[in-house]
Amino acid sequence: MTSTEKNQLAFGIKRAMPIVMGYIPVGFALGVLASGNGLSPFETGVMSILVYAGSAQFIAVNMLGAGISPLPIIITTLLVNLRHILFSASLSPYFREVNKKLIPLISFYITDESFAVSITDVKEKSLTHTYFLGLYITSYLSWVLSTILGSAFGSLIPDTKALGFDFALPGMFLALLCMQLKDMKTIAVALAAGALSMFFIFTIPGNWNVILATIIAAALGVFLEK
Amino acid sequence: MKLSYVYLIVGMGIVTYLPRMMPATVLSRKQLPELLIRFLNYIPAAVLSALFFPSVLVTGHEINIGMSNPLFITSLLTFPIAYKTKNMFLTVIIGMIITIILNNLIYQ
Repeated sequence: MTSTEKNQLAFGIKRAMPIVMGYIPVGFALGVLASGNGLSPFETGVMSILVYAGSAQFIAVNMLGAGISPLPIIITTLLVNLRHILFSASLSPYFREVNKKLIPLISFYITDESFAVSITDVKEKSLTHTYFLGLYITSYLSWVLSTILGSAFGSLIPDTKALGFDFALPGMFLALLCMQLKDMKTIAVALAAGALSMFFIFTIPGNWNVILATIIAAALGVFLEK
Repeated sequence: MKLSYVYLIVGMGIVTYLPRMMPATVLSRKQLPELLIRFLNYIPAAVLSALFFPSVLVTGHEINIGMSNPLFITSLLTFPIAYKTKNMFLTVIIGMIITIILNNLIYQ
């Protein structure tokens, strides 16, 4: 590894810290729920390793607990995770500098949070695959380990709410959002997306709020440029 | 581990991986149309806002914009810090400290 690559790896790991602080309590909570619905720590861990998608895993564990068969759970998972198409497409111009062979690996780790941090960083500076792997795999490991630990030792967990952890991910989103607000058009897009997202939560069932609000608000931004 | 559970997690893994992998793999080889690039440029701001606002304002089945919502109050107090410093870690740490204070002093 060159010194540039080492620096980028360290930078990626450092940038993962707020994600890790958000994933640990949420991962624990999922593990506790999973064990309550009859999954062993091993089964919970294998799901996290293969799927790595927080909200879909919560939904899947609840559906399993309700005795629903695999196919409806898989279809629900697909719908919940379709929003990753947008993230993956947004990152694609920045993957031009990345080794083509590594793109299928790196893109496995795209989540709401890892996408948000990496798209902010790649717009600021030129970054290579070592940055992506440092950021993404650190976040991934924190998720996998915390779901296993939550499943194994769920009964020992103190109330993470009292420790302020429920602000970790919202706080990270807020800071990243502030970094994006460069002009009036972007502010208008952000406000529209926030309002639409909350509107769709109450009007359209099935987790479509983020993807719909994002597409409509981004299209509005393009329209405002005219 | 039951066979049906193996089917389930492999199926979930595949349908989650494809939307993550396909656009990046296919589009990174292509020159994207200018209109699509302009659209994609707004995605980060839109997505962050679409994630952030519900995460602090929607509690259960209602929107709670008021003193009884600690995450809302914390967001209001940390917004100037986030906007001024643009520092993710600082924002999260200060916000967590404010949340602890609020949870332990006011929302007992």
